Amino acid sequence: MTELSPAFSAGTFTPAPGAAPLRRMVAAQAALETRTLLRNGEQLTLTLVIPLLLLAGFSLENLVNLGVGLSRIDFLTPGVIALAVMSTAFTSQAIATGFERRYGVLKRLGATPLSRPGLIAAKTATVIVVELLQAAIIIGVAFALGWTPDASALAVVTVPLLVLLGTAAFSGLALLMAGTLRAEATLAAANLVYVVLLGIGGVVFPLAKFPAGARPFLELLPTGALSTGLRNVLAYHGGLPVKNTVTLAAWAIITITLAARSFRWE
Amino acid sequence: MSNEPAVTIAGLVKRYGERCAVDGLTLTAGRGEVTAILGPNGAGKTTTIEVCEGYRRPDGGTVRVLGLDPAADGRALRPRVGVMLQSGGIPPAVPAGEYLRLLSRFHSRPNDPGWLLDIVGLSAVAKTPFKRLSGGQQQRLSLAAAVVGRPELVFLDEPTAGMDPQARHATWDLVSALRADGVAVILTTHFMEEAERLSDHVVIIDRGQAVASGSPAELTGSTGQLRFRAQPGLDTESLLAALPAGSAAKESPAGHYLIEVQAAVDPGLLAAVTAWCAERSVLPSSLKIESRTLEDVFLELTGRELRA
Repeated sequence: MTELSPAFSAGTFTPAPGAAPLRRMVAAQAALETRTLLRNGEQLTLTLVIPLLLLAGFSLENLVNLGVGLSRIDFLTPGVIALAVMSTAFTSQAIATGFERRYGVLKRLGATPLSRPGLIAAKTATVIVVELLQAAIIIGVAFALGWTPDASALAVVTVPLLVLLGTAAFSGLALLMAGTLRAEATLAAANLVYVVLLGIGGVVFPLAKFPAGARPFLELLPTGALSTGLRNVLAYHGGLPVKNTVTLAAWAIITITLAARSFRWE
Repeated sequence: MSNEPAVTIAGLVKRYGERCAVDGLTLTAGRGEVTAILGPNGAGKTTTIEVCEGYRRPDGGTVRVLGLDPAADGRALRPRVGVMLQSGGIPPAVPAGEYLRLLSRFHSRPNDPGWLLDIVGLSAVAKTPFKRLSGGQQQRLSLAAAVVGRPELVFLDEPTAGMDPQARHATWDLVSALRADGVAVILTTHFMEEAERLSDHVVIIDRGQAVASGSPAELTGSTGQLRFRAQPGLDTESLLAALPAGSAAKESPAGHYLIEVQAAVDPGLLAAVTAWCAERSVLPSSLKIESRTLEDVFLELTGRELRA
């Protein structure tokens, strides 16, 4: 037996096990994940830089002939908010979770007192914190560019509801992908889906510009449903867009159910 | 705290498809003791530990950890058990200090993470992301993470793999301190010296079964060895005749002689060997009296052929 190093006084390691309260565990995990995300340049590009560039670029110059009877910034802002939600809840979360699985991070966390529901709660909190940050910046820039949204009481209730349902749908999709595919495949697929849905999700290109037959399908995609729904409320003062709301809720239920069934932790 | 053992495994079977990784393994690890599980690569060490940690469900047999079933009572066990995986498990971009602080926040009465980081010699790299730490530093962070919650039982899967001698000694000190404070430690290792030095109890497993167990002294037994070098080709048969019954004498390789006796080497034996040499006008050199090491026992039991 080796001699004890003087650093250890007797009783230092005397067992005193116990789990911390769930709230504290979830807060600690969410704080770490949020810091990690905000320090990651690629993730920031996806969640902030690209949405802001699109917002500023497309609103200052007439790059796209909208032809929808709205000012450019009033048309763009709801779409860019939808893009921001997708980038955080879907793309960024899928890639981060995929690599956590690959590096055994999820496996190791499985041996700590933080339960799996606790981990999911921490991930959800992380997504919401980042979305609030995105919202503050995007909305600030939009106002500076002359955005005049509907600020009725109905809009103030409807917009968070749509964003929440969109977040749930995109998170389900992210975890479905990250929990079944290899990390590299998740990275590639999540970026591909981001670009494709940016193009056909009504973010900067109006869905009205697509062939009439394609439009109903594009509005059934989560990005199309979220951007159309948000635009309906914020730009057209249209009240609760029932069809888009139901579409997002259906995506959320289906993807979260599938993810819960198929997710492999290692 | 009850008196039952830290870990009881009886007839554990675990298959991966056709392959039987663990095949009827039985072992007991006492509370407040260090138990070393030794075995060649693929013997089933990691699988056994991962069943105890609740990662894998056994296909047969029973496993009790602190009296609980790890597959069913994970929620109750996790706060009480510290885990060091064989590799990875720590997010690459997260700084060492932040990771240890995170794990400490999962426990109600943790050790101070800053102090612990200092103990494992990582204070200077507290702000360095995990992926930029050296292999040995990564191992030490992983070790600190296993003990930060002040567990009753710690599983360390090859804790000193990739460590330099200083880090290895520091790890041994830490394990000794854990033991002194009543923490049960179960570790796997390929370093026989480590097992011999640290453990109260050693279990050697091969092909998914325990082939020997006991304290290091029990396993190495009282067999004594005497080695010397001399000219090749001496008649070891005549040497045997001069030794107590049950002894063995062989020349391998040429010019290297090994005598094994069933008891400790005593002055009489030494005199008999040197007298035999003197009769033949042979001057033995590099004459050494040794006892059998754990490595000798390990190789005897598990063979010398390389494992996949």
